[in-house]
Amino acid sequence: MTDGITSEIEKYIATQILKQPNRKIAADEPLISSGLIDSFSLMDLALFVEDTFGVRIEDTELNANTFDNLTQLTSLVESRKA
Amino acid sequence: MTTFPERLKALHSRMADRTAITLQFSGRDDLSITNKQLLCGANAYAQALEHESIQPGEVVVLILQHGEDLIYAFWGAILHGAIPSIMPFLTEKLSPERYKADLSALISVTKPSAIVTYPEFEAEVHAALPGENSVRSVVVTDRIESRPDVDFASLKGFHCKSEDIVLLQHSSGTTGLQKGVALSHEAVFNQLNYYSKSLEITDADVIVSWLPLYHDMGLIAGFLMPILSGIPLVIMSPFDWVRAPYKLLQSISKYQGTLTWLPNFAYNFCAQKIRDRHIEGVGLSSLRAIINCSEPVRWESHVAFYERFKDHGLKLEMLQTSYAMAENVFGVTQSQLGRIPVVDEIDREAFMVERVARGPLDGHSSMKMMSSGKPLENVKVKAIDENGQELPERVIGELALQSNCMLTGYFNRPDLTEKAFRDGWYLTGDYGYIANGEVFVSGRKKDMIIVGGKNIYPQDLETLTYEVAGVHAGRSVAFGLFDETQGTEDVVVIAEVDSEDADEQQKIADAIRLHVTKNSAIALRYVKVVGPKWILKTSSGKTARTANKEKFLLELQENRGI
Repeated sequence: MTDGITSEIEKYIATQILKQPNRKIAADEPLISSGLIDSFSLMDLALFVEDTFGVRIEDTELNANTFDNLTQLTSLVESRKA
Repeated sequence: MTTFPERLKALHSRMADRTAITLQFSGRDDLSITNKQLLCGANAYAQALEHESIQPGEVVVLILQHGEDLIYAFWGAILHGAIPSIMPFLTEKLSPERYKADLSALISVTKPSAIVTYPEFEAEVHAALPGENSVRSVVVTDRIESRPDVDFASLKGFHCKSEDIVLLQHSSGTTGLQKGVALSHEAVFNQLNYYSKSLEITDADVIVSWLPLYHDMGLIAGFLMPILSGIPLVIMSPFDWVRAPYKLLQSISKYQGTLTWLPNFAYNFCAQKIRDRHIEGVGLSSLRAIINCSEPVRWESHVAFYERFKDHGLKLEMLQTSYAMAENVFGVTQSQLGRIPVVDEIDREAFMVERVARGPLDGHSSMKMMSSGKPLENVKVKAIDENGQELPERVIGELALQSNCMLTGYFNRPDLTEKAFRDGWYLTGDYGYIANGEVFVSGRKKDMIIVGGKNIYPQDLETLTYEVAGVHAGRSVAFGLFDETQGTEDVVVIAEVDSEDADEQQKIADAIRLHVTKNSAIALRYVKVVGPKWILKTSSGKTARTANKEKFLLELQENRGI
């Protein structure tokens, strides 16, 4: 389950945000603090996560303190689904 | 002709207790500032500048975030007769080293006497100052003493003349920060008089804005025009808006906003990203106009926005357009309110090949151009050829303009000022055509990239890539690529390296992405690392951005994976 969530998010980031479908993203690779995902794309990512996994992410949570890598985002999704 | 301080004084005597500005912050109550509070807050900063022996006519750089301090410091500099210039605030994404380099670039040309910032940023500002520099004082916000009693006679700003420079505007990046647009009181008032007239502004208007104040659209339309015209302004931080674009619509609904300005990308952004749960009960029927400005205007973006929000009281004719630039203070043209802007369907091939805008021939593909409206009454616009000759209607050329609200000059850069004009006409660097008096902007002569309303010089991004290990100087190219879905440009960087190894190239691509983002606050959409001899050069050895863009597009079409 966890792996499924992580790989779906990874695929979305690589194809839709970075436009590099073959790009691998490490589970602990910083996404926001590194600048890999900018503020406009962050909103896209949040909407994708909401729609795909049926969870809510508030706009106040769209920053590196809430999640900054795939592992953290996956646990956030899991905790909300529970 | 009046001056900024005189106008502020008049507003204060006419309606001291009326709310001039409503400041909105994420997670906090809205804060109202009356004309009286604005004057008193500004007076405190004027006194602080006086105490620091800052002279009228000297530049004061403001490094402050959205909030009361920024507003008071800006008006305080003006009451003192000094020239305020707002520098974008350090964001978490931008590396402190690059911010220092940008600040040094600004200081070296603008030569400010004072910088106003927060106590926690004071040490950084001192550290960023070059060895010998013009800055005599760093004024810190928490040491400003309240000065509720305003003594107009002692305020030096009241000795200004209308032709004096009142403020500087910069665009972003190292190149932009070295090129400050200097505007006089007179130029700003001329702009506001004619721009307000074209918008039919009255006392009943309410302007709502999320735009940054270091950009002309935010500073003029979303700050100075409402304040100087005595119209209520509701303003939120751009950082809050980008995380929660629905807040703009909520604010329009709550404060019965009548006018707001958006760059083109924001129409797509709002249409795609605002959730129903955030706009339940939101009504937009108070609006007279939402004005699309500062990026090429797209009919498709208007349609997407209208379709998304029509059930909330939005009408298609509320969506308007304007063509504007800091060098003309702001507005050059404005579409007529209450009518849908003119959409001109033209033959794509004739546009590309003959540089003519005419109706599509049978069987030819067409494209929709949306008008930016007619020139303001005080502005003349023409399209010219390479020899400066005026072109007939519907022939595409560089847009040139004349008005009584032009810049005084690029501050301390007489060389750039001279180059910007030809035979008394300001050369905009934009391509376009005129049809039935309507101005259509079709592209740019300069290589400037516009992302989300922000102007970016490609050479700044290219210079950054040279700092990445493996990339040689002169062997990268940056350009913008219009993205239909986003309604704005994506930034593409191509860098040539010695290695042909795919893994090695991927590593360098990651390093470029990281380094450029950290040092420019611009997110790159495509980073392509290529082997030797990919990048096309001109005969003189310069990078040919357009030719490389075409080559990139061709490869992108042939091979959707990069």
